[in-house]
Amino acid sequence: MARAKVSRKSTAIDMTAMCDVAFLLLTFFILSAKPKVQDPLPTDIPASTTIEALPESDFSTLLVAQGKVFFSVEGAEVRLETLRGMGAQYNMTFTPEEEKAFMSLDAVGVSIVSLKSVLNMTPAERAGVLQSGVPVDTTDNNELYQWVKNARKADKLVHQKELRIAIKGDSKEEYPTIAKIIKTLQKQEVNKFGLITSLRAVQK
Amino acid sequence: MAELDTSGGGKKGGGKPKTKKQSTRVDLTAMVDLAFLLITFFILTTTLQKPKAMDLTMPDKDEKNNNQLPVPETRTMTILLGKDNKAEWYMGLPQNPLTAPAVVTLGKSKQMREALIEQNKKVLAASGKEMIVLVKPSDKSTYVDMVTIMDELNIVANQQRAIVDITPMEIELLKRDNLY
Repeated sequence: MARAKVSRKSTAIDMTAMCDVAFLLLTFFILSAKPKVQDPLPTDIPASTTIEALPESDFSTLLVAQGKVFFSVEGAEVRLETLRGMGAQYNMTFTPEEEKAFMSLDAVGVSIVSLKSVLNMTPAERAGVLQSGVPVDTTDNNELYQWVKNARKADKLVHQKELRIAIKGDSKEEYPTIAKIIKTLQKQEVNKFGLITSLRAVQK
Repeated sequence: MAELDTSGGGKKGGGKPKTKKQSTRVDLTAMVDLAFLLITFFILTTTLQKPKAMDLTMPDKDEKNNNQLPVPETRTMTILLGKDNKAEWYMGLPQNPLTAPAVVTLGKSKQMREALIEQNKKVLAASGKEMIVLVKPSDKSTYVDMVTIMDELNIVANQQRAIVDITPMEIELLKRDNLY
């Protein structure tokens, strides 16, 4: 019997197109990925079952760890406007270099009087300095209050939106620190804010 | 022509050195593998890192606003947060609690949720309305306790809750049970 002749084909496939697609996607993901912001202090955030994600913009984060508070707000323009507002409030002028440094600053963790010296440092120097946190006193010297207020004004001005405030606290943080921040926020009638948590499954 | 003779041997004879025609194809399989591995890595790291935010609404602190309604004590459950991730709860008023204050451990145990569900059922049966929960964190409690309680309330779908300042009487109660 005549056997059907199966022609032997090469098993090698042309990978060029696949490679193109793969690298295109890779480039897209690398470019769209946001670099992870290094927290000034390590925080172990508590877990909850909340699934609502934090918005991409128009929010401000108050990092709370070791009894210190760090203030940051999303968006370079909002940040610049916030700094100008703070400057006007405390009669300070910032040079363009300092403004530029502030726009790339992750979080403010010093009192306004020492802010200038922090802005004039190089990023490497800044990482080595232990920041003392924004002063949050119940007396007149509540700089966090002013930061939040100016950030809210700035966001209104730049994006015409209401700034959302999120608290990112360390699990082991004692409650009085949190209570102080909540009080500060409530003083300017911010009664609704977010608590940043990591995701956890519901225990049945 | 400038060509590199790689044929090795010294071929004798006047003929042109025959260059071997090599395929220009490179095996891209390994490269594609690598690319997809990186893609997977980037997808996973970007989407899983998104922070979640639990909404917290505080009662309005404005003194001018006096339209607050008195809360019936039979519908009120108070949770006091003490040290070591422990909490104490009771129904009604601290001086005259309707149930004996019970100590629960937060975190892994489900005591708190069971208590919430059970009391809510009772309140619902008695008054037809939902239970009101007052969370009172003491100075010795930690942030994680507060988040855990708020999360428990979210899980049991409690709508009426508030974080309120603790009173000296309640601190005494916590001290009595060695939670302060």
